[in-house]
Amino acid sequence: MAKITFDGIEVEVPDGTTILNAARQIGGGIVPPAMCYYTPLKGSGGKCRACLVRVAAGSAKDPRPMPKLVASCITPVQDGMVVENTTSQQVLDVRKGIVEMLLINHPLDCPVCDQAGECDLQNFAFEHGVSTTRYEEERRTFEKIDIGPYVQLHMTRCILCYRCVYTANQLTDNRVHGVLGRGDASEIGTYIENSIDNDFSGNVIDVCPVGALTDKTWRFKQRVWFTKPVNAHRECSHEKCNGHVTLWYKGKDVLRVTARKDEYGEVKEWICNECRFEKKETADWVIEGPAHIDRSSVIAQNHYELPVINPQVIADLPESTVRELEQNPPLKLGGLSGTSF
Amino acid sequence: MGRKLLTEYVNVEGIETFAVYRKHGGYRSVEKALKMTPEEVVEEVKKSGLRGRGGAGFPTGLKWSFLAKPEGVPRYLVCNADESEPGTFKDRYLMSKLPHLLIEGMIAGSYALGARTSYIYIRGELLYVLRILEKAIAEAYAAGFLGENIQGSGYSLDLHVHPGAGAYICGEETALLESLEGKRGNPRNKPPFPAVQGLYARPTVVNNVESIASVVSILNMGGEEYAKIGVGKSTGTKLFSACGHLNKPGIYELELGVPVEEFIYSDEYCGGIWKGRELKAVVAGGSSVPILPKELILKTAAGEDRLMTYESLSDGGFITGTMLGSGGFIAMDETTSIVKNTWNFARFYHHESCGQCSPCREGTGWLEKVLHRLAHGHGSMHDIDLIVSVAKQIEGNTICPLGEAAAWPVAAAVRHFRDEFEWYVTHPQEATAPGAYYRGNLVLA
Repeated sequence: MAKITFDGIEVEVPDGTTILNAARQIGGGIVPPAMCYYTPLKGSGGKCRACLVRVAAGSAKDPRPMPKLVASCITPVQDGMVVENTTSQQVLDVRKGIVEMLLINHPLDCPVCDQAGECDLQNFAFEHGVSTTRYEEERRTFEKIDIGPYVQLHMTRCILCYRCVYTANQLTDNRVHGVLGRGDASEIGTYIENSIDNDFSGNVIDVCPVGALTDKTWRFKQRVWFTKPVNAHRECSHEKCNGHVTLWYKGKDVLRVTARKDEYGEVKEWICNECRFEKKETADWVIEGPAHIDRSSVIAQNHYELPVINPQVIADLPESTVRELEQNPPLKLGGLSGTSF
Repeated sequence: MGRKLLTEYVNVEGIETFAVYRKHGGYRSVEKALKMTPEEVVEEVKKSGLRGRGGAGFPTGLKWSFLAKPEGVPRYLVCNADESEPGTFKDRYLMSKLPHLLIEGMIAGSYALGARTSYIYIRGELLYVLRILEKAIAEAYAAGFLGENIQGSGYSLDLHVHPGAGAYICGEETALLESLEGKRGNPRNKPPFPAVQGLYARPTVVNNVESIASVVSILNMGGEEYAKIGVGKSTGTKLFSACGHLNKPGIYELELGVPVEEFIYSDEYCGGIWKGRELKAVVAGGSSVPILPKELILKTAAGEDRLMTYESLSDGGFITGTMLGSGGFIAMDETTSIVKNTWNFARFYHHESCGQCSPCREGTGWLEKVLHRLAHGHGSMHDIDLIVSVAKQIEGNTICPLGEAAAWPVAAAVRHFRDEFEWYVTHPQEATAPGAYYRGNLVLA
């Protein structure tokens, strides 16, 4: 076991645990964001640099600080390590920079993007970025790419996290897509269109942190926050699928089926294409009850802060108006500074 | 004339053949090494103080001693011959002229590290060098210096040359290993370091061509004798590829410690600046190291002579110093546009970024685009601060050092030549007129 201090909080974790997972054991708002790391995918992480943290002391044996910020998702803890995340201004500044970099070529088409409301980048930008950009150059654009019967690729939105590549590599027998090109000309591609058609291909949609890979059977049918997620299961005949899913209802209709995710938006159990794309009737499923939605979606209540009214202004308002405002968001009372999104 | 260890016989006719190379003392170091224990060979290299000649300058012997040595597990020595930093072309020269020197170093090094199979990963564009190496390797096999039971010692080694496809990033050691394994040349996250988990997840040492070739001299003359050459921790001789506005550009082997001024102006080396012009700036160690104006490349901030050593060139840190790097020495005369040159460098790093991590993938492109604007007279004062800020966002936050390589030249150019950048903003038409160049006084940060 190794004892580390993360943002002043001590936690003891098994040897070999990464800094990020140690922070997840503490939980809450101090956990570094992760855009490319994905626990079920072996080898993922280290690419987006969103989770960089400062190691103020390497270990009890060697308490020197590490010279550069380290990717917390791939760096194992050492006994006596002292890590700074939210307590380091350097980390917070770098994180703003990473948001700015990721948004260079990511379109702000949230109003039409199916991932809006479930988008990790949207959350990351909201929680760690700034509301402006200094980027004035032309942004890259792509035609939409048809990569298979069930999956639509919007390369414009891709942030090259490699999650879908790892998914295909680790879940299927023959990966047919990967990263082509180099630098900011890199792109996810199949080389030959319409070639992603294996039994587990739908999982690339679940791991995609943005709206680059979308479900053809669901896209444009409804905004996610107007749907009701319900946990359900069925006896699936596929040997690698146990049929545990979340059904997304609008009224009585099942609009979408996804794998179940944990509080960090990571898939708990992979599901096959039959469960995901072909079982859209309530009768196909044994309903378990409402699904719990945690921090990774705007449909989670109170996830996003509402604009705040300056207390000075509140003091000057009639009591009835204040009451009315309290009862009718979008205005929230009391804080000292305002945030808008 | 300075002492030559690597290039002593470079002009001998037929030196690229085994017979001539052997006649001039070739493969003596292998014979010597095979009579020593591997640990003793490593110790000799440690004693020599040899520092990696690829750019980072990490002590080679120390690197060798880090190699994990679990029993029954293969270990590898991989030669990084993917030289492609703009301004650096000394390994290509060494391999094409003296292929057996590299092979000899590879055998001695492989023996020291306990490697039974070793690789030379060569840049794909250097196809003609690949052919030279392949021919030399075949000769070494035929002479019993490669293959089973080398010279009756009981030690066996297979040596392969593997061409890359021509990507700068594959010169980064872990990207090189990925490429050698047949994968996309993306750098790996470290740790684990190659010494623990390298090629095929086995303990591996990756060394530059010149570093491996230097092992031959170290073994022939002894580590302690080798360490007497040079100054301080910069021991031995080093190849410098001099280019740019010099009267005599070329490859020079220097005993480390020659004053920079002597290297540029003496007839023995570069012979001064061409056309009788003034020196404006120097990039001393390949395009990734910070550029220095004439005042700072010849003298340190303390007023001492700047020497061609790791320590002297980096004296003053990045405020008034630079790095020896790979030895790619680029001299620029007074008519050089620092703005356009910086854009050109940025263009290279943008093109060569692998794109795996966000700051490098997006940042290098951003830098290039803003520099393009500035260099073409469409920039603003805000753009100058912007490129410094973007460079800072990249530096230190990437998986591999390509981020730094892209950021340092930009940050240093603005640091030392900000007035020229401002001139491009305030006088866009004059600055971009054909043949125009900036004559103002240099402003030092």
